[in-house]
Parts: sequence; C-alpha cells; structure tokens
Amino acid sequence: MKLIDPHVHMSARTTDDYEAMRDAGVVAVIEPAFWVGQPRTTLGSFQDYYASLIGWERFRAAQFGIRHYCTIGLNSKEANNEALAKEVLEILPLFASKDGVVAIGEIGYDDQTPAEDKVYRAQLELAKELNLPVMIHTPHRDKKRGTSRSMDVALEHGLKPGSVIVDHNNEETVKECLDRGFWAAFTIYPKTKMGNERMVEVVRKYGKERIIVDSSADWGVSDPLAVPKTAKLMIERGIPKDHVEATCYGNAILAYGPSGQFNESDWLTPSAIDQRTLFEGNSVLRGQQPRVDEPVAAKGLIS
Amino acid sequence: MIKTAHMPVTDAMTLLDSWLQRQLKAETSVWLCDTCASVAAGGGTRALFIAFSTAGRRAGRDDLRLGEVDRTAAQAARSGWDPVRWSIDQAVRTRLVLALPSSDAKAWLTTLDQLFAAAGLEELVALYQALPLFPHQDLLAPRIAEGVRSNMKPVFNAVALDNPIAGERLDRDAWNQTVLKALFVASPVARMVGAQRRANTTLAQMLIDYARERIAAKRPVPGDLWDAARPGCDTAQRVELDRLQHSAAAATA
Repeated sequence: MKLIDPHVHMSARTTDDYEAMRDAGVVAVIEPAFWVGQPRTTLGSFQDYYASLIGWERFRAAQFGIRHYCTIGLNSKEANNEALAKEVLEILPLFASKDGVVAIGEIGYDDQTPAEDKVYRAQLELAKELNLPVMIHTPHRDKKRGTSRSMDVALEHGLKPGSVIVDHNNEETVKECLDRGFWAAFTIYPKTKMGNERMVEVVRKYGKERIIVDSSADWGVSDPLAVPKTAKLMIERGIPKDHVEATCYGNAILAYGPSGQFNESDWLTPSAIDQRTLFEGNSVLRGQQPRVDEPVAAKGLIS
Repeated sequence: MIKTAHMPVTDAMTLLDSWLQRQLKAETSVWLCDTCASVAAGGGTRALFIAFSTAGRRAGRDDLRLGEVDRTAAQAARSGWDPVRWSIDQAVRTRLVLALPSSDAKAWLTTLDQLFAAAGLEELVALYQALPLFPHQDLLAPRIAEGVRSNMKPVFNAVALDNPIAGERLDRDAWNQTVLKALFVASPVARMVGAQRRANTTLAQMLIDYARERIAAKRPVPGDLWDAARPGCDTAQRVELDRLQHSAAAATA
C-alpha cells in the first residue's frame, strides 16, 4: 500500500529514517515549516531554513525515492518575538509561492497571545492571496479552546473549512472539527498526543471522511514510521482497507491537491526533467532502486 | 583567459524565444513576452520573482525539443552552450533572468543573488546552468565556486556538466577539485566542457592517487577516470596510469 506522511519534519531526521519510510511504503512527505527546538534570533536563520525546505531536503528525500513537499509559515512560538516576526512576514511570500509549497503552515496558536493572533491572521490573509490551503498547528495547552478559536478566526478571515487542515487533533477536538467541515489531522506520537491504538478507534468511530494520519516526527521523541504502523494496526483491527487508504494516503492528496503543487502524478509518473534532476531515473514506484551503492529491496509494512 | 568581446545575451534571448514559441501555448507565450518586457523596462523585481517562481506551473516541465540546427545555433551564440537536456521551465526561467537590466552591474548582481538565495532545487539547477549566458561573466566566479561546492548533485551537475563556465572561470586548483568531485559523485566527466584543454599533471596525479585508493580498498575505480586523467599525464604518469588501469581491470574480471 502506498502511504503519505503529510506532516513530518524530515530536516531533523536521518537517512536511516528515509530508508525505513521508503521501505514501509511512504512515497511522499510534507514538511511543515516549524520552529527548530530553540528560538531563532535573526532573519537569516529563517531565510536559510525556508530555503533548505525547498532545496536541500527535497534533494535528500529524492535520493530515497520519496517525493518531498513543504508548507511555509511562521510558527506560533516564534510569532512572540514581535520585531523578528515582522521581518519574517515580509519575506514569506517569496518562499510561499515556490514550487512544491502545498500550504501556508504550520500556523496558529501556542500560548494564544495577542502577538500570535496577529501573525496567525496575517498568514491567513497570505494564504487567501496565494490561494493555498492552511495547515493549523493546534496548541498543546488549553487545546480545546485554542482549536475552536483557530477555526473561528480562519472563518472570520473568509477561508473555507475545506481548505484548512487542523492538525494535532484528539478525541476531544475531532468532533467539532469535522462538524464544522474542516480537515482533521492526527499526529501519532509514541508518548503524547495520539497513540496508534487510539487512532484506530477514532477511524472506527468517525470513518474516513476528512481524517488524516501523520507522524509530526521531529527532533523530539517521535516515530517517522507512525503512519505505516498505524495503517498496519488499522488493518489488523479490522478497519476497512479503503478507510486506511483514505486516511493514510488519499485524503492528503484531496486536502493539499488544491494547491496545484501536490499531484499523485508527481510520484507515479514524474516528468522527464524530474527523473533526471531529482531521481536520476530512480524511483521506487518505477521498480528501480533509488540507492546506487547497495540496493535494498523495497518492502511495504503492509502489502 | 577568455574572450568576452562578443556578448551572447541578445543571441541567447532570441534563440530561447524561438524555441519556446514552438512549444508554449499561445497565452503562455504572451505572458512570458509581457513579463520580460516589463522586467526589461525596469519594472521592479517583484514581477521577475513571481514569474520565476511560477514558471514551472505556467509553462510545464516537458523537455525542450531541440534539433541539430538548434544546437549548432546555441554553440554559435555562446561557445560551449548545449541546452539539449534543458526543460521548458528552465528555458523560461533563463529567459526571464536574461531580461533583467544589467547596465548597473551592482544592482544586477544584487537581484541575481536574491534569486539564488530564495531558490528551490529546480530553480537552482536552472540558474546555474544558465550562468554562461549571463552578462558580467567576470562577476560570477564566487557563484561558480558555490555551485561546484554544492552537496546537491543536480546543482553540482548544472555547473560542472554541459556548461562551459567552469572550464573558463575556475582556476587550476578549483578545476582539478571539480573533476575529482565529479568522479566521486559519479557524474560523467566526459560531459565537463573544456576537460581536454584544462588537463594538467597535477590533476593527473590526483586521479592516479584516487585510483590507487580505490584499488587498495578493493572498490571499483570509476570507468571514466582513465580518460579523464590521460590527457594531463606526463610520460611517467602515463605508464603508471596504464598499469593501474590494467590491475583494476584484472581485479574486476
């Protein structure tokens, strides 16, 4: 089964992770711009970070036959450095309009401060202007209220719920999210947020419509194989296969496809120039091995 | 070292326009023409940045279809220029950058640096492979050096392969490193423009040493190392190279 991890911070991961993901069936990833574990202090750090998401990381992923996309945005934590945030907002359009940028994100609230609110709203306007979906990071603390507020403000700025992906949902937030017509994404962390088993029950209860599974794997304790493992568990626990395919592959395409930057054909039938420059003719989906030194047989966790 | 009496910018623009016209949809041609005109008229960099970023979506990524006549014309416009592996979006991006006013060299370079600083992988490839067509070739040395240092193989290839600028502008040490790096990352050295002319004994020795290293480690020697080393060899080096090639062949037989 082909899988997509539509929220994973690959910059923080090793090539072993890419290899394991590829072997487990992941064909495409979306890397949202976020913070890097400690606050940045200069505009240049942001600039180089965004450039790495549209350049270096894309190349790194391609070496393993994985198609890499990203979202561009100023995260809520660093929105609180108001002087720097202002400068960052100015350069965002330059990166947000690049090829392979599938949304503005991840944006939203952390401590729900006025500074965060201002930056969030400015970026909702940018998403509207560029006609891009929005990926919302919901807060860890005061989650239920913060999630509601994120959706309220998105609607206030005229965004359609169908173009907004609300991430890091849990059992307490999912119903409102789906009832209001937003995409509900779930981060599967080994210890916090959602675990695989809980995710299975969410899909059993709510079905496959507008539900997305991701790993949000980063530099913290996290699992880049969260999507394949959850998919496997769903199958084992009797969730219908089409539900697994939708929540672990197809829904991501429906949610981010409207950007015009996230097309299944990119990885199923890449253009000749992409084959030469990105994959040098190598793509797992074309039955070839992306690694030149020692070929490893691609094997999905689930067939 | 090189002659810059004949600036190829205008010729290259004309050729790109005619090639693109054959493949672009009418409305995309109009868009490109209008955008180039506005950029050339000094209409600010915003239009250039937006058009440059969205070129792939607007024009598509098909291969640029060139015949032998086109390749000959490219060589005539700019010696060593062979865009046979270019795609349409790369040609469009190149055309856009060539439209940029260049009479103020400093302002021109600032804009070019901005394009590079915010460039995605595919855009970097387009920019680096277009370097030989740009005005102010004498200002591009740091950029060329940056390109061959890249850890992204498509970017390295865009400067080092099918591109005359590395052979023209890199000093001997930098050129030698670039040849060796091409072998390291398995890029075909045969596609480095000017390799015959830039051959030297230091490079030959570096490649001989590299072949020894590989043989000692019982690892295969890149097949194109021998041809890359041979033109620069002195008599003693040639004997050594032949001996190594023979033993490498025996090891893999």
